[in-house]
Amino acid sequence: MSARTGGNGRNGRGRFNELLLTLPSLAWLGVFFLVPTLIVFAIAFRPADPYGGIGDGWTFETIRRMASPNYPAIIWRTVWLSAVATLICLTLAVPVGYCLSRIDRRWRQWVLLLVVIPFWTNFLVRVFAWKSLLATNGSFRLALVWLGALSGDQPILFTPAAILLVLVYTYLPFAILPVYAAAEKFDFSLLEAARDLGASSGRAFFRVFLPGISRGLATAGIMVLVPSLGSYVIPDLVGGATSEMLGNKIAQYVYTERNLPRASALSAILTLVVAALLLLFLWWSLRRNRFGGDRKGELFT
Amino acid sequence: MKRSLFPFLTLCFCLAFFYLPLAVMTVGSFNNSRFGGAWRGFTLKYYQALLRDRDVWICLENTLVIAVTATMVCMALGTAAAFALHHYRSKLQFIHQALVYAPLVIPEILMGMSLLLFFVALRVDLGMGTIFIGHVVFSMSYVALTVLGRLQDFDSTLMDAARDLGASAWTAVRKILLPLIAPGILAGGLLAFTLSLDDFVVTFFVSGTGSKTLPIYIYSSIKHGSPTKLNALSAILLAVTFLGAFISRLVAGRGERADRIVGSGGRRGF
Repeated sequence: MSARTGGNGRNGRGRFNELLLTLPSLAWLGVFFLVPTLIVFAIAFRPADPYGGIGDGWTFETIRRMASPNYPAIIWRTVWLSAVATLICLTLAVPVGYCLSRIDRRWRQWVLLLVVIPFWTNFLVRVFAWKSLLATNGSFRLALVWLGALSGDQPILFTPAAILLVLVYTYLPFAILPVYAAAEKFDFSLLEAARDLGASSGRAFFRVFLPGISRGLATAGIMVLVPSLGSYVIPDLVGGATSEMLGNKIAQYVYTERNLPRASALSAILTLVVAALLLLFLWWSLRRNRFGGDRKGELFT
Repeated sequence: MKRSLFPFLTLCFCLAFFYLPLAVMTVGSFNNSRFGGAWRGFTLKYYQALLRDRDVWICLENTLVIAVTATMVCMALGTAAAFALHHYRSKLQFIHQALVYAPLVIPEILMGMSLLLFFVALRVDLGMGTIFIGHVVFSMSYVALTVLGRLQDFDSTLMDAARDLGASAWTAVRKILLPLIAPGILAGGLLAFTLSLDDFVVTFFVSGTGSKTLPIYIYSSIKHGSPTKLNALSAILLAVTFLGAFISRLVAGRGERADRIVGSGGRRGF
């Protein structure tokens, strides 16, 4: 670690400087991020008023309604679609990350740029591109029909398959980058050592390479899983009425049914799921750091 | 050792997967056919229709006003936050760090939803102001972390040297520290600007009915507008992104070079 200049708040001036540098961001995020997140939990216990606002008093009614069968079904669909999308992204990201870390340096910067550009392209534009490809006379659907993967009149737009495809398309760069970052630091002579000691190439891959990039894999998993769980635009634009996800339902309660407490209750559930996942990730990486592994613990940023 | 071709083929597949949809859409924007599909000759009429659409220009103006103001505030607040996180070790910084990291990992819909409830509870009118607040919330952390990365690579003995040579603390910050971390602040600002230009979900929740940004326009056109005009708009946005990515790559390359000239080696090794 580099030497930390400046006081640790021991003298008054150091403390004053610290506050001066900290307060603007702390206050902004405290007021406009932390407080609103807590308000969501509070409003889940308030009644709705008939004008689409928030009524007076407190009630457990909204929470009780969450047990009715269609909510668990939506939560389950959200979880499985996100989990499958994450698995597909990781499966693709491992060979791609491996390949990127082995490419000649002169080319690598440009190939990396090609991987990152879709992630910089307007998100709605990408979803729209897929919506046209998947439509009845869209090229992708026609190609699938031609390949025999789809019968002539079978739709693909507005199905869970379309959601899955666009989720993978949108979040794949998020998976490739951390896996690549980990693969780049991986010592490839270890693979040769494993081969020299008699391991098959498959065994060397699964027992040496994958554990070696486990941190990148975990980061990649979180980077895909969390936004997938909260996705709203994708199921809204390419999913149908029978393939709604949590994000859709939240927006629907805000805009169509004007029931803010119910939207809050669903948001609170989503917040808890995401928080649990992040704590699990934090616990895993702390435990891993304690038991060896690389100590630097760089987060993908 | 014989290398398997499989990783390379997967990379090619992924690149094709990334770019084919965008290519089809761009070609479609020049296709003289109402509903896409087969090629019916070259036309620029969708671009002309787009440029005549007053709504697009209003939305573009709103988008840029918000992106520029939010980016400037993010650069100031994010840089200050990075300095604080880098220099001090206290309970306050522990909380500060948690707050700076949290917006990076929270799904956008939760951020939009909670801000909407906050504004509704306080009876604040939704519009440009609330969009601006939301954009600063989700992009400030990216600036803070980019600058923090730069600060961690910064050789603090340079500051000591400046002080030994008689510079005041403020002069050393101004003449040594700021110029050396400026590429980090710029890169963070560029990221914040891009995020702000692109944002749909948070904007959708806190924009109310009056103020529309370009992503909101795109969304409502996808839902119930003309897809051909949208093809043209998308192609323009794609071209801008490619240009921006290329330029930022050149700027970053120059930053790395400057780093190498000043750097005393081994800094990344700690």
